[in-house]
Amino acid sequence: MTTTPSVLTARRVAARERVPIQKRPRSLTDRLLAANAWLVFLFFYLPVLVLILFSFNDGRLLSHWTGFSLRWYGKLLHNEAIVMALRNSLIVAGCSTVISTVLGTLIALGMERFQFRGKTGVDSLLYLPIIIPDIAMAVMLLLFFVQAGHLLGWLGMRFSLGLETIILAHVAFNISFVAVIVRARLAGFDHALEEAAQDLYANEWQTFRHVTLPLIAPGILGGALLAFTLSLDDFVITFFTSGPGSTTLPLRIYSMVKTGVTPEINALSTLMILASMILVVASLLVQRRGGDWHR
Amino acid sequence: MTTPIPSAVRRRERVLLATLVGPATFYLLIFFLVPLGIVLTYSFLKRGAYGQLVWEFNLLNYVRVADPLYLSILGRSAFLALANTLLCLVIGYPFAYYIVRQERASVRNFLLVLVMVPFWTNFLIRTYAWRVILGNDGPINTLLLSLGLIDTPLQLLFNDGAVLVGLVYGYLPFMILPLYAAIERIDFSLIEAAHDLYASGWQAFRTVLLPLSMPGVIAGSILVFIPSLGAFVTPDLLGGAKTVMIGNLIQSQFLTVRDWPFGSALSMVLMALVLVATLIYFRKGGKTL
Repeated sequence: MTTTPSVLTARRVAARERVPIQKRPRSLTDRLLAANAWLVFLFFYLPVLVLILFSFNDGRLLSHWTGFSLRWYGKLLHNEAIVMALRNSLIVAGCSTVISTVLGTLIALGMERFQFRGKTGVDSLLYLPIIIPDIAMAVMLLLFFVQAGHLLGWLGMRFSLGLETIILAHVAFNISFVAVIVRARLAGFDHALEEAAQDLYANEWQTFRHVTLPLIAPGILGGALLAFTLSLDDFVITFFTSGPGSTTLPLRIYSMVKTGVTPEINALSTLMILASMILVVASLLVQRRGGDWHR
Repeated sequence: MTTPIPSAVRRRERVLLATLVGPATFYLLIFFLVPLGIVLTYSFLKRGAYGQLVWEFNLLNYVRVADPLYLSILGRSAFLALANTLLCLVIGYPFAYYIVRQERASVRNFLLVLVMVPFWTNFLIRTYAWRVILGNDGPINTLLLSLGLIDTPLQLLFNDGAVLVGLVYGYLPFMILPLYAAIERIDFSLIEAAHDLYASGWQAFRTVLLPLSMPGVIAGSILVFIPSLGAFVTPDLLGGAKTVMIGNLIQSQFLTVRDWPFGSALSMVLMALVLVATLIYFRKGGKTL
C-alpha cells in the first residue's frame, strides 16, 4: 500500500493525540507497581484462603488433604463452650455499642456546638483512649476494677469481674471512636438547615429530631458499626477485665489456639470471615444509602 | 424568633452543654482517668513477698526497667515496631500509589474494599492463620519438602521474622489508607511539570510526590508504630520465649509473676514512649489521624 507522506504525517499526529496516557507502552515502573499490588493482595488473602480450604479437610493434619468433609462444622455447632462464648460476645458488643453510641454522639454534638473552659482537656480525654496501647488500657482497667472491688466489698457489696466489667471497659474505648466518627460527619454539616427549621417555628427538640438527627444518622450508624466490630474483635482488654464464666469468643479462640491446633478453629474462622464479609457489604450498602440521603 | 431573657438563655445553654458533654466526660473520668491514676500510683509502690502491695513510695520499679534484661526487651519492641513501620511504608506506598493511579473510581473503591475485607476478620484468627502457614506441617514447608528442596521442615515460627510477618500483616492497612488519602489529594499535573523540566522518575518522586504526601506518611507511620510497639497477640502467638515484646512482659508481670507495681511502671514507660511519638507527630504538623 502506498500512502502519501502528508497522509502518513496526519495519521501519526492523530495517533499521537488519540493515545491517552494509560495506553502508552507500560514502563518498568508501571509493571513493578502492578507486581507489588498483586503480591500485596496475595499476602492479604493467602491466610484467609488457607483457613477456608483446610476447614473442609476431613483429616486432622494441616499438611495432608484427606478429602472434603463438613465434620469440623458439625463438631463446632455441638461445641457448647463456643456457642456460650458467642452469646457472651454478642451481649457485650450489643450493650457496649448502645451505651457508647449514645454517649459518643452526645459529646460529639456538644464539642461541635460549644466553646467552653476546659474544652482542650475534654478533647485530650476523648483522644487518649485511642492513642494508648491496648495492653496499657487493659492493665489500667484491671487495677481499677480490683480497687473498686475492694471498695465495694468494704461497703458490703458483692463485686466480681464478669460480663459487666467487660462491657464497662469496652464502653471506655468505644466512646472515643464513636465521637471521632460522628464529629467527622458533623464537620461537613450545614447549619443553615437547622436555622431554616427554627425559622419555621420548630423548637430545639423538633429541629434535632427532624433535621439534625437524620443528617448525621450515617455518621452515628458508622460509629455504632465500628464500636460493635471493635468490641467483638477485642482480645487484650477483655482478657484482663473478664472473670471466670465470662469467656467471649476471642478469649475462647485464644485458649483453643494456645492449647493446640484443632481443625475446629478453621471452621470457626471460616464462619467468622463469612460473617465479617456480610457486615462489610452491609455497611457499604448503608454508607451508599447514607450518601444519597445526604444529597 | 423571639428574644428571651439573656440569663435564661445562658442557663438553658449551660444545661444543654452539661447534658451533651457531661455524661461521656464523667464516664471517661471514672473509667479512664481514675484507672490511669491508679496505675501511676502502683508504679511507685512495692511488691511484697507474696505478691501483695506494700505502701512504700519509691522509684525502684523505674530503676529496674533500666536492667539490661528489660532494656533488651524494650529495645526489641522498639526495633520490631520501627522495622514494621518501615516495611509497611516500603510496601504500602507503591501500593497506595498504584490504587490512586487507577483510572476508574469504581476500580479504586473496589481495590480499597479488597484491602479492608481481611482486615475485618478477628485479629486472633488472622494471626493464627500465619501460625498455620509458617508451621512445620504448614503449606510452605509441605511445598518445599515435596519439591525436594529441603529434607527437614524449616523452623519458620517462633522467631523475630515470624513476629515481623504477623505485624506487617496486621498493620499494613493502617498504613495504606492514610497514604491513599494523602496521595489522592495531590495534583498530578505538578509531577508532569517536573517531567517537563527533565526530572527523572526518581527525582520527581523525591522532590514532588514524596513531600506532598508527607501528611499521609506521618499519619500512617504513627498509626502503625503505636499499636505495634505495645503488641501482645502477635509476639505471643508467633514469637517464642525469646521474642518477647514489652506487651508480653507487662502481661506476665500482671497475670503470671503478679508483680503489679513493676507491671504498672512498665505500662507507664510504654505510655510515655507512645506519647513522645505522638508529640513528635503533632510537632511535624500532621493533622490527619
